[in-house]
Parts: sequence; C-alpha cells; structure tokens
Amino acid sequence: MEITLRDAVTVLHGMGFGGLLLLTFSGAGIVVYSVCIAGSSWTPTEREGHFLGLYFSVMAGLAWLAVIAGAYLVYPWYRARPPAGTSDLSAYPQRLLMSDPLTTGWHDIGMEWKEHLAWFAPICLTAVAYIFLRYRGQLRLYRGMREAVIGFIALAFFATAMAGFFGAMLNKNAPVRGGRTIVILRSRS
Amino acid sequence: MTEFTPSPLTNGKGAAAILAVAIGALALGIFTMAGDAVPSAASFFNVWAPTGPLSGVTGLSIIVWLVAWWGLSLLWREREVSLKGVNWAAALMIVTGLLLTFPPVMDLLQGK
Repeated sequence: MEITLRDAVTVLHGMGFGGLLLLTFSGAGIVVYSVCIAGSSWTPTEREGHFLGLYFSVMAGLAWLAVIAGAYLVYPWYRARPPAGTSDLSAYPQRLLMSDPLTTGWHDIGMEWKEHLAWFAPICLTAVAYIFLRYRGQLRLYRGMREAVIGFIALAFFATAMAGFFGAMLNKNAPVRGGRTIVILRSRS
Repeated sequence: MTEFTPSPLTNGKGAAAILAVAIGALALGIFTMAGDAVPSAASFFNVWAPTGPLSGVTGLSIIVWLVAWWGLSLLWREREVSLKGVNWAAALMIVTGLLLTFPPVMDLLQGK
C-alpha cells in the first residue's frame, strides 16, 4: 500500500483540513440554534462564551489551513504546464480536463469557482470567532449581530461544501499525483 | 456575595468585523473578475508564478479585508452602530462578491 507525495498532500488538504472543517459545522449548527435563534433560552456564561469562541477559532484555523494548502501546495501541481509535445497528460490535471469537452467543465466551472469561493470560509469564520470571543454572553443583547453570525456560518458552510464537492470530483476525473512514493504498508506475501 | 456582571459592550467592533467581511468578499469578487477579464490585471495579480493570479487576487483581498476591519474598528470602537443597516450593506456586498466569483456570471458580464 503506497501513496505519492502529491496524493498525500491533496488528502491532507481535502480530507484532513477540509473534511474535518465540514464535520465541525455540525457543532456550529448546534451553537447557532442554542445561542442565536430567537426563542432559545441558553445564554452562555463568560467561560462558555470563551469556549465557543475557541471552537470557532479552531474552525477558522482549519479553514485557513485548507485554503493555504490548496492554493500554495496542491494548485501549482494541478495547473502545471506540460512541455510541448507531451501526449500523456496524466501528470497535468488541468490540461487533462481541458483536453476533453466532457471534462473541461470540471475545470472551467468547478476549479475556477472553487479556488475563489473557498476563501469566503476562513474570512467568515474568523469574524464569527472574533464576535464570540469579544461578546460571549452579551451576544444575546444584539439581534443584528446574531443574524450576521448565522449568515456567516451558513456562507462558510456553503463555501466549504461546494469547494469540497468540486475538489472531490476534480480529483476523481484528474487526480493530482506524482512525486516521491510513500510506502504505507508492505504485504508479507 | 453579588455576582459580577460586566457592563454591556458597544456593538461598534462587532459591526466593524461584519462590514469588513463584506468589503473583503466584494474585493475578492472584483479582483477575480478583473483577473479574468483584463490581461494586465492578471499579470498584476501574478504575485507567485506557481499559483498564478490566484495568489494576488486572494492575497490582496485579505489585505483589503484586514485594513477595512482595522479602520472600521478604530472608527466605531466606542460607538453604537445600526446593525440593521450594516447587515443589509454587508449582505448586498457579499452577494455581489459571490456572484462575481461564479464563472458563468463572469462570462455573462464579459459577453463570452
């Protein structure tokens, strides 16, 4: 069982940072329902508010790691230009997708949107973390701020989910592969 | 013993954080569109060649977002701001920014 370095970094970007971030949205949903939806009765104490702020800080951290790893580690491999005359495009995912009218949309719409849309998530989640860390239990006093928090979390979820979907589909159609091979497990037989 | 209750904070810094996100989102949309439509803008945004124009588009958007956040925080730190107005302005800017990053909308605006 082995994996190439580029595969491993792509897995870390998508399934590590991105996948973990998507999972944390379930906790964020519960917090939003408990603290921000009108009619709910939970007012976080100072300590609970601080903890919620830290929770959203971790989410923001995961989002920043996902977009930075995506843009500065995986994307350069994805968009690499093949030397003139190259017929095997398997090491050049963007060119491979664009070489077929049935797959070019995954790049033209999927990657072109994902590479920008994904950045909405860390920006929104950083603001949400700041608001929870600053206002804690006092967030209950500001309906407009609670509405903004709900909107930012919804937008961050949408951005993460769309980026994750297109990332998975892109990697199915044109995987980012290559580099050093890492042997994870060697069969005894 | 009476429990310590902190005095309510003004909403200015929270409003600054909200509006700054929207300004950053709008900047991201405008820079994305510019990078796609104008070749000289694409060259300008090409800060780090392996990542291409994406490096400048996102990097500059983050700078705009942080500067806006810092400036608005200074301006509104002691103030009570109309959150309704801030939220409406933010929603409008975010939706515009979001649409400008969507390739079919970019193509439509460029007449492609």
